[in-house]
Amino acid sequence: MYETYRDLPPIQVTTQSTEDMPTGTWRTFRPVIDEEKCNNCYFCWKFCPDLSIVVREEGDHPSVDYVHCKGCGICANECRAGAIVMEREPL
Amino acid sequence: MIHAITANHAAALAAKLARVEVAAVYPITPQTTISEKLADMVSNGEMDARFLLMESEHSAMSALIGASYVGARTFTATSSHGLALMHEVLMWASGVRRPIVMPVAARTIGGPWNIWGEHMDVITERDVGWMQFYCENNQEVLDTVLMAYKVAEDPSVMLPAMVVVDGFILTHTVDAVDVPDQSLVDKYLPKFAPDPVLDMDDPRRFGGLVMPDWWTEFRYRIATDMEGAKERIREADREFGRLFGRSYGGLVEEYRTGDADAVLVVAGSAAGTAKEVADRLREEGLRVGVARIRVFRPFPSEEIARLSSKKVVGVFDRSFTFGDGGAMFNEVRSAMHGSDNIMKNYVGGLGGRDVTAAHMEWIFRNMIDIGESGLDRKIEWVGLRDGSGRW
Repeated sequence: MYETYRDLPPIQVTTQSTEDMPTGTWRTFRPVIDEEKCNNCYFCWKFCPDLSIVVREEGDHPSVDYVHCKGCGICANECRAGAIVMEREPL
Repeated sequence: MIHAITANHAAALAAKLARVEVAAVYPITPQTTISEKLADMVSNGEMDARFLLMESEHSAMSALIGASYVGARTFTATSSHGLALMHEVLMWASGVRRPIVMPVAARTIGGPWNIWGEHMDVITERDVGWMQFYCENNQEVLDTVLMAYKVAEDPSVMLPAMVVVDGFILTHTVDAVDVPDQSLVDKYLPKFAPDPVLDMDDPRRFGGLVMPDWWTEFRYRIATDMEGAKERIREADREFGRLFGRSYGGLVEEYRTGDADAVLVVAGSAAGTAKEVADRLREEGLRVGVARIRVFRPFPSEEIARLSSKKVVGVFDRSFTFGDGGAMFNEVRSAMHGSDNIMKNYVGGLGGRDVTAAHMEWIFRNMIDIGESGLDRKIEWVGLRDGSGRW
């Protein structure tokens, strides 16, 4: 890696992805999607501020990326079908 | 070609000549006519740029940081409360090394309300990692915007720059401005080509978390690059002179200081009045001169230190740092540490009050007086209605 300030890139930049960085560990409540009630409107996907609602193919039910979801609950709040409930994570 | 235009008009033309690609603005007096002129030029096809009307100055600066990452040359303008609202994003812009150029129509900050000119807004932002250029007249505003891009985008600098334009005194006053040909400007200012650049095909993370183990080193890089910018500014000024036939003396313009006993340090439009009055007093035999601070950040400590040999050095501040004195005064005094000359702070031109020739004459005569009889007081509020009848 770097030895001194002279070796740093000209600006703070990295090619490392955040994909494998588990930033969802501070979650207190987890969104759980009931696929029976879900009507695939994708409001949850649209509103998620953290790209943590995943739709693999158009027409699929959305699912939650629990590695990155912080549990903010916006998806549950926006879900018109009442298909998302926030469940307490175990302590 | 000579145009009769305001400094705001000149600033907008400079953005066009610099081939700015993204301008994000939010209106505020007395900057608004810069944004309006830009909007005109973009909508009528004179200027090939994206014009973004944002919901606040905070958002305008944020938008430019993103646009600059993509490799666009970026521009905005603001003033007063708008600049204050940008405060945290100003530090983001310098911290992530985006060479954004921004004219600031210098104005008071309330309360109570006052929309007129002084330097309080820009002086307050002296510590955020932006270069600060102070202009004396409309021509210098146009020229300095071009120079600011030249310096800011230099790979050894990569820091943003404010171009300070005295509110109303310059922003809304028409003066003759030589608007250079596009081909000449293109020769002076190559296309902005930052490396690395934000590229969807080569994804990277920009501005992510820097831990305590490297934060100090990133700060040190900004500090040394800001210091190095001094020489880049001197070079940019000389090259500008060669191409356009105008240059401004680098960081500090010295006017009749050679044999002067008393020198007034001043920034912005008041310097024009100071020079005029210095000429008149010279005819009387008073040896006075003017050192105009063009660049306050990086601070021209070497140039200022050279004034230590003068018997009296006065510093005119168009703002006041409550609790101590004028910020320019304190920094000039600090650069002269160890010299035994007499130094005095003159504060004036606040909240749109004119700095008149009579004020400047009083200041020069006062400097000559204290050179003979010693310092009367550290700080003088010039033009203060104190019932003394001095001005």
